[in-house]
Amino acid sequence: MSEKILHSYSGIFDTPDEIIHAAEKTVEAGYTKFDVNTPYPIHGMPKAMNLEPSKLGYAALVFGLSGTLTALFVMYWMAAIDYPITVGGKPFFAFPKYIPIMFEVTVLAAAIGTVSTMLFFFFKFPNNAHPLHDTSYMKKVSSDKYGLIIQADDPKFNEDEVKVFFASLHAKDVEPVYYDMEDINASPKIYDKKFIGGLALTFILVSGITYFTLNKLMFMVPFNWMMYQDKLTVQEKSSVFPDEFGVRAPVAGTVARGFMPYEFPNEPELAGEVLLNPLVPTEKNLALGKKKYDTYCSPCHGDFGDGDSRLRGQFPNPPSLHSEKVRNWSDGRIFHVITMGQNIMPSYSSQLTREEKWATVLYVRALERSKNAKESDLK
Amino acid sequence: MSSSQSNVDYQHKPLPSSFTKIGTALLAIGLIIVIIGYFIDPTRAAFNNLILLMFLVSIGLGSLFLVGIEYLGGAVWSTPFRRITEFLASVLIVIPIIAIPVYMHMHDLYHWTHNEAVQADKLLKGKEPYLNLEFFTIRIVVFLLIWLAFYFLLTKNSKKQDTSKDQGLTKKNIKISAIFMPFFALTITFSAIDWMMSLEPHWFSTIYGVYYFSGTMLAALAATTYLLIYLNERKLLFKGLNQDHYYSFGALLFAFTNFWAYIAFSQFLLIYYANMPEETFWYLARWEGSWIVFSIGLIIVHFVVPYFGLLSQPSKMNPKRLKFMSLWILFAHFYDLYWLIMPTYNKEGIVFGWMELGFPLLAVGIVALMFGLKANKQNLIPVGDPKLIRGINFRL
Ligand code: HEC
Repeated sequence: MSEKILHSYSGIFDTPDEIIHAAEKTVEAGYTKFDVNTPYPIHGMPKAMNLEPSKLGYAALVFGLSGTLTALFVMYWMAAIDYPITVGGKPFFAFPKYIPIMFEVTVLAAAIGTVSTMLFFFFKFPNNAHPLHDTSYMKKVSSDKYGLIIQADDPKFNEDEVKVFFASLHAKDVEPVYYDMEDINASPKIYDKKFIGGLALTFILVSGITYFTLNKLMFMVPFNWMMYQDKLTVQEKSSVFPDEFGVRAPVAGTVARGFMPYEFPNEPELAGEVLLNPLVPTEKNLALGKKKYDTYCSPCHGDFGDGDSRLRGQFPNPPSLHSEKVRNWSDGRIFHVITMGQNIMPSYSSQLTREEKWATVLYVRALERSKNAKESDLK
Repeated sequence: MSSSQSNVDYQHKPLPSSFTKIGTALLAIGLIIVIIGYFIDPTRAAFNNLILLMFLVSIGLGSLFLVGIEYLGGAVWSTPFRRITEFLASVLIVIPIIAIPVYMHMHDLYHWTHNEAVQADKLLKGKEPYLNLEFFTIRIVVFLLIWLAFYFLLTKNSKKQDTSKDQGLTKKNIKISAIFMPFFALTITFSAIDWMMSLEPHWFSTIYGVYYFSGTMLAALAATTYLLIYLNERKLLFKGLNQDHYYSFGALLFAFTNFWAYIAFSQFLLIYYANMPEETFWYLARWEGSWIVFSIGLIIVHFVVPYFGLLSQPSKMNPKRLKFMSLWILFAHFYDLYWLIMPTYNKEGIVFGWMELGFPLLAVGIVALMFGLKANKQNLIPVGDPKLIRGINFRL
């Protein structure tokens, strides 16, 4: 049933100079639907074929630039806005260290984007068949020959004329190229079992190797050597100091940056008298206080300070925060309990900053007011 | 000096007399300014002299490298232009003379030559076995001897081939080039360290030699490109110089522009990232006062302009564009050297005056004169080279 249709006439040339010359002559002869196939790109060919410059470059530009900007934006947003952490004493938005990544992402996006554009837009993927495939012509031009074809759908096409024309160019192996309607209508080979199987195998292999590399190989000698560093981590002996402690206490008389020592570690009453809450109960401060209270205090003291712990008896229930005693305490006195702890209640100094402690106190005050409202609050 | 045996259509013609005239004029004006400069402010003149020296080393040694790499790589496309690079390499002959004033002002230029300072400084004391006047002198003399030796060896054989047409000379030069390469790598690195990096003896950067090399390549390529277009416009080269020749030079200039930026940025990023005071101060010095303007200018002058100027394919083949860009790149290299050297002279900010103009004039004058002298005596293309015909017919 197969029906042979003429696609084109092909001719073979031996040198790049010949093929350039042939292309120029073909243009001169007025053919428009012709193509040149060479084993490698030949400079000057687009001009000889009278082709417009390829538009593919614009795709590369757009994809490349979008890669640059994406990288820049992602890094800026992550490192400077969403999760700012100081790294190496650099500002959060440290442009120089973004440059290599921006560069890499540009190249990656441009490469993938350009190839995809080529495949999907110019080659009309998943269509992967062309009448020239699997011809002796294609075999020659993909190794060491240079070929030219003139398509049968060219308005000027005439079998005899084309043969004469090829002869005038001294082309070798001039022959017609046919194709089958059946081949063209056949479903694309991409759904072929072999192809899918190949894809699946590649997928399994790549993920297997990746898994092996990241989870096994990295822990084998010698790759695991990178995990050992000369620096001391917690619980390690130091060979430098006579007392062999790796973790050092601060030098006497110094404090860490941003740290404020607490003035009344052993004088709760004095703290209650002297310390004043620097915060006012604004919505923002109360919201902060609620967040900290719910996180750090509510497991023992209960969501509303009633002493109804969520710990189900694993820890002695604390007293209610609504007792008259606590209600009559000053803010400073509660601050003292948070800072120093009280009997079995531990200190919360390492979890809460000064400001957060004061905000928590504000929230405790609000809780108390909610259960024992003053006369004036009801008005 | 005829090319009767070769089938290349070439007749040796002298350069237009304006070439040597302009060269001599520039040399004379430059020399006068330089001499006055040395009388008025010897320290400043010595710093400028150092820039001049490094610029000429770039042109001379870079060109010699291009000659060598052509032999070694068996490159064909550049053979017709090898004479241009050979003539440019003759600048090496003048280097010892230019180096003398630098040598006489060592104390003004180099902190490490002051013995009391070295003894009081732990770091400098540690570097003393390398950075001392005796060893420095020996090194520089050895570098100069190596450069001159290879220059004379390579060009002598090349010149001999014009008349003898002996292919064996090409083979000989390939061997010489192979020996030259490691010497080149070491001497260019250590000359950059000795002459320039030791201006700040506390500072060090392991990529410094490569950095200087990248600029050197640009300077040598740009000078070659400019001269080949100049000669071709006056029909002094061969017939049939084509776009692919131009494109190769354009592409190399573009490539080394990127290479320079890559190296310059690598050096900066590592120092920025590690953030160690003994390294960062060098960049901080170039980020203070009016130097910050100059540093940002460096990025634009040395990278942005040539990058976009040579980015598109047509611009790499357009002789007019190439001519402009190669002059620009030569300027950019001078700018770069100024940026490397001058902040040591004046920490506060840019210094610029008639003296800074005189030295570049002298530089151009020297290059033009050396080139003119050679070009009027020798063939402008290596007529005896077996690769010549293929080089002329070169297609990408
Ligand atoms: C691990 C459980 C636990 C957590 C968490 C906890 N407390 Fe306590 N708290 C106690 C216990 C138990 C007591 C009673 C201590 C005692 O015996 O005096 C107490 C006592 C107090 C008192 C004094 C009450 C009184 O009547 O003496 C105050 C005020 C207080 N806590 C506030 C807080 C605040 C504010 C937080 C959150 C930062 C907090 N606590 C977190 C267990 C806890």
